[in-house]
Amino acid sequence: MSKAEIKSPLPGMFYRRPSPDSAPFKNDGDSVSAADVIGVVEVMKSFHEVTAGIDGKAIRFLVDDADAVMAGQALAEVEA
Amino acid sequence: MVVRVLNPGLSTTVQDLGRPGYFHLGIPIGGAMDRLALRAANLIVGNDEGAAGLEAVFVGPQLEFTRDALIAVTGADMPIKLDGEEKPSWTALKVRAGQVLSFGFLQTGARIYIAIAGGIDVPLALGSRSTYPIGALGGFKGRAIAKDDELPVGNAAGGREGRSIPEALRRRPGMPAELRVLPGLYWHRVTEETHRNFFDDQWKVAPEADRMGYRFRGGRPLQFVERDQPFGAGSDPSNIVDSCYPYGSIQVPGGTEPIILHRDAVSGGGYFMVGTVVSADMDLIGQLQPNTPTRFVKVDMDGALKARADRAALLDRIRSVFA
Repeated sequence: MSKAEIKSPLPGMFYRRPSPDSAPFKNDGDSVSAADVIGVVEVMKSFHEVTAGIDGKAIRFLVDDADAVMAGQALAEVEA
Repeated sequence: MVVRVLNPGLSTTVQDLGRPGYFHLGIPIGGAMDRLALRAANLIVGNDEGAAGLEAVFVGPQLEFTRDALIAVTGADMPIKLDGEEKPSWTALKVRAGQVLSFGFLQTGARIYIAIAGGIDVPLALGSRSTYPIGALGGFKGRAIAKDDELPVGNAAGGREGRSIPEALRRRPGMPAELRVLPGLYWHRVTEETHRNFFDDQWKVAPEADRMGYRFRGGRPLQFVERDQPFGAGSDPSNIVDSCYPYGSIQVPGGTEPIILHRDAVSGGGYFMVGTVVSADMDLIGQLQPNTPTRFVKVDMDGALKARADRAALLDRIRSVFA
């Protein structure tokens, strides 16, 4: 079973939910398809969606909601 | 010749050294956040130092060249690729017609500068090609570049492939970043304890930082000397009667999060300013990523002028590489 990482394209704050009261975009164990949004990165007063980029099953997040992230940092891994 | 935008990145704008002379009318100087990096990129490809190039923040664009060109990328560390093959930064690179320039993930710093021999040849607006997006002024149609834009490039003057700037002349912020600050006219508005705390505390760049201003958080809140607010000032102790805002001035709304005004600053308002970042360190701010630990270092006027002279000497050394 190969694993692939989903990396943050940007530095900023990573959020797993579209708004504080919403459910997370994805939970650990969910399947993902390439176009699925898995979170947003806040930087320069705007929010940028992060898409999975690959199809896979069983996503597992490597960072918490509202964590500071660097560009290129792995946000989650999925079993391809 | 034109450069075709396949992917613009996050926010990529045409910038030169800005449009001085209009700040009293509310139009900021604009221009490259890291002016030394833009000057260096231009020198490498044989342009005038003030030629217009591209500034890309956090994410590099993807560009297709319609003719042969000479380019250089300076500023932040971000892998540079021509048709997928990695190339050195701060170095004159030959690009062949049809080749695609792209970038990997940002490593350190925040902004890259792409100079193309001949410069980006958009029309002058108030004497500059810099993009001021909030005012829809200058640059490419007054905005950040977008997919399928075709950027005009002027005629190249005689740069040479392979020329580069030595590592020792590439100025970057340290870790933590240190920004020299001259206390300002409103220094008396905060307590002596705050005079110490402001410079003792470690701050970090907030995600709200952009071309207008860089916000910081993490230090202790400022304490104000009590007073009856004068006529015309707002009710919060961080308010003043409206004043001019210098570039580099540090306002602290509510006394909590310092904001350094940068190239696209607003020109005035009603927040007290604790001091001003010296002009020599403004370039460094342009290379700070969100969450970068930052210290403010107190200097007096002599210290500020020394910093300015040191930076001018560094620029002269860069120029001498290409003399």
